[in-house]
Parts: sequence; structure tokens; C-alpha cells
Amino acid sequence: MNANWEVTIGLEIHVQLKTKTKIFSGASTSFGAEPNTQACAIDLAMPGVLPAVNAEVYPKAVAFALGVGAKIGMTSVFDRKNYFYPDLPKGYQITQMDHPIVQGGHVDIMLDSGETKTIHITRAHLEEDAGKSLHEDFHGMTGIDLNRAGTPLLEIVSEPEMCSAAEAVAYAKHIHQLVTYLGVSDGNMSEGSLRCDANVSIKRPGVSELGTRTETKNVNSFRFLERAILYEIGRQISVLESGGRVIQETRLYDADKDETRPMRSKETATDYRYFPEPDLLPVIIDEAFIQAIRESMPELPNEKKTRFQHQYGLSNDDAITLTTSAELGDYFEQVAKKSGNPRLAANWVRVELLAKLNGEGIELDKAPVSALQLGFIVTRINDNTISGKIAKRVFEALWSGEAASTDEFIAAQGLQQVSDTSELEPIVDSIIGKNQKQVEQYRSGKTKLLGFFVGQVMKETGGKANPRQVNQLVKEKLDE
Amino acid sequence: MPHKRTISQLRTALDTGEFSAEELTRHYLDRIASPSNQYNAYITVTADAAIEAARRSDQERAKGPVGSLSGIPIAHKDIFCTEGIKTSAGSLMLDNFIAPYNATVVEKLSDAGAVMLGKTNMDEFAMGSSNENSYYGHVTNPWDTSRVPGGSSGGSATAVAARLCAGATGTDTGGSIRQPAAFCGVTGIKPTYGRISRWGMIAFASSLDQAGPLTQSAEDAALMLEVMAGYDARDSTCIDTKVPDYSHSLGNSIKGLRIGLCREHFEEGMDSATEQTTLDAISEFEKLGAIISDVSLPNSKHAVSAYYVIAPAECSANLSRYDGVRFGYRCDAPANLQDLYKRSRSEALGEEVKHRILVGAFVLSAGYYEAYYRKAQQIRRLIKNDFLEAFKSVDILLGPTTPGPAFKIGEKTDDQISMYLQDIYTIASNLAGLPAMSIPAGMTSGLPTGVQLIGNYLEEARLLNAAHQFQQQTNWHKMSPPEGDI
Amino acid sequence: MVGKIAELAQLQIRESEIDKVIEKMNQVLDLVEEMQAVDTSGIEPMAHPLDATQVLRADEITESNQRAQFQEIAPETQDGLYLVPRVVE
Repeated sequence: MNANWEVTIGLEIHVQLKTKTKIFSGASTSFGAEPNTQACAIDLAMPGVLPAVNAEVYPKAVAFALGVGAKIGMTSVFDRKNYFYPDLPKGYQITQMDHPIVQGGHVDIMLDSGETKTIHITRAHLEEDAGKSLHEDFHGMTGIDLNRAGTPLLEIVSEPEMCSAAEAVAYAKHIHQLVTYLGVSDGNMSEGSLRCDANVSIKRPGVSELGTRTETKNVNSFRFLERAILYEIGRQISVLESGGRVIQETRLYDADKDETRPMRSKETATDYRYFPEPDLLPVIIDEAFIQAIRESMPELPNEKKTRFQHQYGLSNDDAITLTTSAELGDYFEQVAKKSGNPRLAANWVRVELLAKLNGEGIELDKAPVSALQLGFIVTRINDNTISGKIAKRVFEALWSGEAASTDEFIAAQGLQQVSDTSELEPIVDSIIGKNQKQVEQYRSGKTKLLGFFVGQVMKETGGKANPRQVNQLVKEKLDE
Repeated sequence: MPHKRTISQLRTALDTGEFSAEELTRHYLDRIASPSNQYNAYITVTADAAIEAARRSDQERAKGPVGSLSGIPIAHKDIFCTEGIKTSAGSLMLDNFIAPYNATVVEKLSDAGAVMLGKTNMDEFAMGSSNENSYYGHVTNPWDTSRVPGGSSGGSATAVAARLCAGATGTDTGGSIRQPAAFCGVTGIKPTYGRISRWGMIAFASSLDQAGPLTQSAEDAALMLEVMAGYDARDSTCIDTKVPDYSHSLGNSIKGLRIGLCREHFEEGMDSATEQTTLDAISEFEKLGAIISDVSLPNSKHAVSAYYVIAPAECSANLSRYDGVRFGYRCDAPANLQDLYKRSRSEALGEEVKHRILVGAFVLSAGYYEAYYRKAQQIRRLIKNDFLEAFKSVDILLGPTTPGPAFKIGEKTDDQISMYLQDIYTIASNLAGLPAMSIPAGMTSGLPTGVQLIGNYLEEARLLNAAHQFQQQTNWHKMSPPEGDI
Repeated sequence: MVGKIAELAQLQIRESEIDKVIEKMNQVLDLVEEMQAVDTSGIEPMAHPLDATQVLRADEITESNQRAQFQEIAPETQDGLYLVPRVVE
């Protein structure tokens, strides 16, 4: 990074809560419905309607608070934030200003260097999402879809403690993982379940006062977040180095042009005239409620990672990979338990399974091979029925649907590993016989050629020979 | 003369078959249409639907027991959403608004069998004390058509007084049921805040608005209130407490009832006729065995100030939804979004409404919130505390409803503050959320005067009981304006 | 100042009206000014007349698609969307 400037970044992350209905109405929150088919009278702000609070937002907000070690606001109050915009039907948003439900907290993020850094959370509060504006295809008009209006959001505000785009992304990813683990959100960023606003400012090293910050809103991918912040930093440096001043403003990231530009409307520097929501009463959260949530909290990513290291002897890196999601962790554990060989299971999940998923661009829940099935394949490697190489063929066959069962496929294709010395010996002898030159070279010191012989035997047996057996036999015979 | 009868008497007549519900409804519809009854009380008359509902009532009655208000013709203030029927809130902004759903109040009265004759005129968005602020023109007081009926429920009060319906619904934010009830010589009650659901009731000031009935008598008010009141999960501010049988306790003796007179009310600008009416009412209650004493509500003098911060503040936000986007008035050919908002709102909202929105936006704006809004909410608690203190030594409070009788149309148009002070006696109970009612208690130069009874939280039964006992030995509530008979 | 407030409230005030509006607003503010003399130190603001707390709603879908009915009364729609003059972000 630029040594002449220090960067300060704070993130506001809007997380859609995974509830069936909106925060203030009984309309559905499912994604992708036809426009305005999930916008009821309350969401449309019809005259005479009133909000009714969804109970489910509280367990989720409290779970988040517990997950970041935050204080919980025992009396939860809503406020009105007043401004005009077509995606905000009431002309005000019901949010929490003075009494957010989550106060304080922190997360420890992993930097590229391997070190961890603590990022503090200022607060997190409940509020309602706005609708969507569609600007194309309407002959000079904008089309408003209010399906999303009223979806519950938890807005998580960090302290301005991140110093680079990389740190900001690491933090955002950490929050994403946490809320997904907790079941607080489905974490589906392409559907807008998690959106980031990045507050960026720069200053000279040694100066205590922060520079003027800009806010880049509604970034919905980690890649865009990184690009947007990098661009903003670069832009601000340019401005200041050429003697200008950074203007405090709200900006948007344009992915096509890979730049940020100022927003020309909406909430730029307006007076929101907050006041307590008179249509809603205070919600009282008691210790018993919090305790119940505490007891039903799922294992958190860090906890699972540490447990995998201890319980299964995995390396830190492997444990991290296998705990990127709770689902993946569960999948691995099933494979490990079924096969009784955690190390092997870890390799298979981490390398083979993930390669397949990434290659086909599908999520774990769409994997055609279940954890039990993969666990069984590993079992068959473990008990020497098949070699690792053959196992990959089996895995491929199950994945594509060519095979329905591991044992059936092994039998049908005759893939059983050959481990019988009486079968292997003649083949080894034959290979040694045919390759006298290499034998000479091996015996005169080129011990690496062992692999050559083993490879030839494997080729001869169509990969079915037990590699360890072959290795041993070849070595014995060559060392005679 | 069926229209001279109370709801209670009409029920008996319907039950005994003296006339049918359809005949009764047609009678009222004829009266509404008659040239001698033109007070501009109604914005919409729903004649066909009313006759259909009346017929249904007759059919049900022939088969067995019917709802408590079956066949009784009532009117709804045009602030209550009525499904499939225009609901205007007295404003051009909603002139084209056909409500897509029913307010809870409308549903409940309909379920009880009441027949809706139509939607009554009102001050626009419930802002006003004279019904001179309606897009649909002012309403005249049937006792003297050169005078106002009061507001904002002016249409409902007039309709009841002129016997153009047997009872009507209204809303009260600063006195909008009680003050027009007093001006028109009818009975009106604003129950405890949260007693009646606000679902479907177009919002003015959320923490102050409350629905209530306007009727000829306390007995009728009890009948309507029993139906209108009750818990509704759709309104988070609604109280979940069983609705008492208000009718049942009407006949209780009020011997020993402790009535408090607020010292400060008698110091404020009440005119002499009103003062006399109040003193006469006090004597009547004493004859009934009530014990009168003095109480003080020292912070009540700040009620109007606090109200004129809180109500505009809440209304400024509540009316932001009127933007020409999803329903209601949209200006012609908006050039851009700002133009759409500004012109739609400015063309379709009346002057008083716009002023209150501006005041509201101001008192909430940066730098003023603490000094105005927050301060007003603190004063509100002081006012509540005063009442609770008073209720330690008395059961109900008694005093005038208004400083004087109905004033002339146009008299206060340029005197905003004088208009606001019309609510000087009624506002405090809205701020505190206490139940209060106005009953006719006198006549001055042909104009009715009302007195107000204020009770403790959820003590509507006690108020109705006291009012009923008063009405058993006085005849003020039986009087109706001389003109407009057919 | 009135201009700023009108902007926040998205209301237009005609030139000819501005003085009248200012006068009316000042009247109300004078009325309200007398509140300042009241000692409210230590008094909790009262947002609701009740001391009740919020009842929560179960997370179950209760609303069905009523788009056709709601959009019947809309000023301008197309393909199920509400139309407004183009918004430039």
C-alpha cells in the first residue's frame, strides 16, 4: 500500500434475516417473486395500516449478539427515520436509532499474513428493507417493486478499524460466515441477503484526526467490495495529492466501469428527524430468553475449526477450509465418521469434493454424492479394496450417475485392488525383466527410478495393483 | 317518527316488527336526500348497499337471533376505510381512493348487523375544530346553519343531531368527537387510548388518535362501544382486556360517586353561559348523590402547547405516504420525481394540513428535537401524573367540554390560535390517553352546550353510567334541532 | 428556513403564501414556547399513554397476492410495477 497515506475503513453491513415473513407484516420474504405480489397493504403503506412485529427477528438478533460477544439491549424500541424515496412507501423507515438491540461486540479476522486482528462492532440494529427500483425498459420512467419492502434487516456497524481493502473483505467474509452459521441469514449475496456500505477515508501517518470520509453503498459481493474500496482509496489519494479536498458524500460502485461515482439523489445529507415509532410499543427481552438462545446456539466457525484440529488432527489450514460453512463441516464429519479415517476424509472433501463443486459451480446441497456415499468410498480405500486412484473413478461414476453404488461399481468394473503377492510377483518380475537398463541405473544409485517400476506395474494392472504392495515387492526384488 | 328514536328504542321496534329494517333504512335515506336536511354532513351515501344490508337484517331476524345492532342505520366518519367504497379523509388527496380493505371498527359494526348509510364529512385528515377544512366544503350546524358543527367529526355529529342516522362513528385526537358532540347537542365518547383498534383508521397522530361513537344518548353510546371495542392484534397499541358489558352497568346508582372539578378549568376562558351550564350539571349530579370536590391539574395549562408539538410531529410523518405513487392524487405530467411529490402533495393537501406538516417537520428537525418534541413528551407525562394524582381522591372529573357554544362559520378562520384553544378542555385527556365523554347539558340562545366527564384508564363503564343517570333526570339529550323534519 | 422545512416535507409554498405560512408557524411556535418554562428535569418522556409492551407476531405467512386489487387504484403501473418519473441514482 501507499506509504504516504493511512487508510481508515468502517463497514456497515446490512444482513437480511432468514424469516418467512417481513418484519412488520405477514407477507412472504421469498426471493424472486413477480413484482409486487409479496407486498401487502402494510408494505404498500396504504392509509390506515399499522405495523405488527415479527417475533422471529429477536432470536436471530440475540444469536448474533451472543456470537460477537455483544451487550443486548433489553428494551428494544423502534424509531422513524424520515425521508422521501419511491422505494420507501411510508416516507419513513422503521429502524432503531437510540436503542439498538445489539451494542458493542467484536470479531477476530484472519489476515493474509496469518495473523489475526480484532475488529470491534459499534452496534447492530433491526430495521426494514426498502423496495427495489428498476430503471430500464420503462420509457423514461422508473418501475418500483415493493416485494422487498419490509424484509427484516440487521444493520451491523463496525468501528472504523480496518486499514486496507483486504482487511475490509476479511471482516465482511467473517460476518458473512458467522451469520450463515448462526442461521441468522441465508448469506445468499447474489440475492441481496448481505450488502455492504464502505466508509473510507485517508490521512497522513502520525495525524490523529481522521480525513473526510465517503460512503460507498450497497456493494453485494466481496470482489466488488475490494474493487470499490481500492478505487476509492486511489481516488482520494489523487484528490488530496493534487491539492483538492475530499467531499463527504455517498457514492455507488459501478461494476462495469470499476469505479465509484457520487449518488445524485436519496439520502445525501438530509435531516432524518428521528423520533420514537408511536405505532409500536417497547419489546422487553429477558434473561430467560437470552439464556434459551445461548443454549441453542450452534457451534461457531472458530469453535468448529479448533475442534477439528484437536479431534481429527487436522492442520490449521485444512480445518479452516473444512469449516468455511457449517454444512461443509458437517459433510466432512460424516465422511470422517463413516470411514474412520479423518485425514483421508479431509483430503477427499477438501480436494476432490470441492474441486467438483467449484468446477460445476454448484453448492454443497446440490452435490450428487452424499456424505455417506463419499464416506463409503473412503472406507473402501481404507480397507484396501481399492486404491486411491481407482477411488477417483468410483467417485466420478457416482457423481455423474453412471453408478448407483460403490460396491456394485467396483464389482461390475472389476476394480478391486490386487494385493495378492502371488498375483503381483509374476508381473513385477516381468517388468523388471523387460527393463534391464533401468535396473542397472537403479542399482548404481538412481533410487528414484523405483517410481518408474511401480508405475509400469500399475499400468500393467490397469491401476488395480495395490501400490504399497507393488512398491515393497519391487524394492525387494531390485535390492536382491 | 323513527328517526327521533334512540338505537335502543329502534332495536325494540325492529324486534317487535313495528317496521322492518329496510323501511327504517329507506326512511333515513329519504331524510338524507331531503332538501330541508342539507348540512353537507355526508360525503358519500351508500344507498344501494345500505338497503341490501337492511334486507339481510330482516331476513336474519326472521330466522332467529341477530347481532346487537342488526338493522340499525349508522354512518362512518370518512376516516375509516370501507372496502370497495370511497374513503377520502375529507381530502382531495384521497378523493379517488377506493379502500381495498375494511377498518376493524367497520368490520365489527357490520358483523353486529349495523347498516352503513354512508361516509360523513370531516376536517381534512382530522385536522380542525370546525369542519371548515374539508375538501368537500364545510358542514353546517343543524341548530343554526350559520354556525359550525365543530370538528373534526363535524359530519358525524351533525348527522346524529339532525337525525340523519341513529348513531355515527368519529375519531378524537384533541377533542374531535367531544367538541362537535357539544356543539351539536349529542353524546360522544372517546374511550381509553387502545380500547378500540386503529386498524383501518387513517392516521393523524398515532399516539393520540382514538375512535368512538356519537349518539343521542349514553345508553346508545354503550351499545355502540360494546361492539367497537376489543383487542385487535393488527394494532400493536390496542389493549388486550375484556370489554365489559357497558349496558349492564348503566342503571347503577351513582350515590357516593366522587366527582372532581378541575380548578384550572374554571380559571380559563370559559364563557358565562358555559359556566352556568356546568354549574347546573354539577347540581344535577349532586341530586343523584354524587360528592363534589375540588382537584387541581396544574400542568393542564401546558396541554395545548404539548399537543401542538406532538400531533403535528406525528402527522408530518404519517402523511408522508401521500406522494402520488401507489394510490390517491397524482399531479398532471410530473417533470421529475421531486415535481411528482411536491405538486401532488401541494395541490391535493389543504392549507391547514400543510401547515401542520410544516410545524411537525420543524419540531422534529435537527437542533429542535430536544427542546420541542422531547420536552412535549415530558410534559405529557406530567399531565398524566396530575390526572393519576387526582384520581386518588375522586372517581371522575367533570367540567365544560368547550369554552363556548358553536361559533359562526368563518369566525375563526384567521385566528388560528383561537381555533386551537377550542380544544383547551379536551386535549389533556388525549395526551394522557384517558377516556372522556361529552353529554348535552344546556342550551344558550338556541345553541347546545355540553359538559365533559373524564375517567381513569378503562373506566368507560363508570363514565357511561354517570352520563346515563344524568340523562335519566334531564332532557337535554332528547332535544333535536327544529328544522329538517319530514 | 421555511424553505428547508418545505423541502424536507416535499411541499411547495407559493411566493405569495410564504409570509402567511411564516406567520402561522410563528404563532404556533410562540404557543409552544411557553413549554420551556416548565421544569421537566428527571421526567421520562412519555411516548405512549399505556405502560404496555409489544405483543409479537408469529413468523407465518398470512398475506396472499392482492396485486391486481391494489393496483386497480394505482395512478400508474406497468408489468406489475409502480411507475414514477425516472430516478437517477
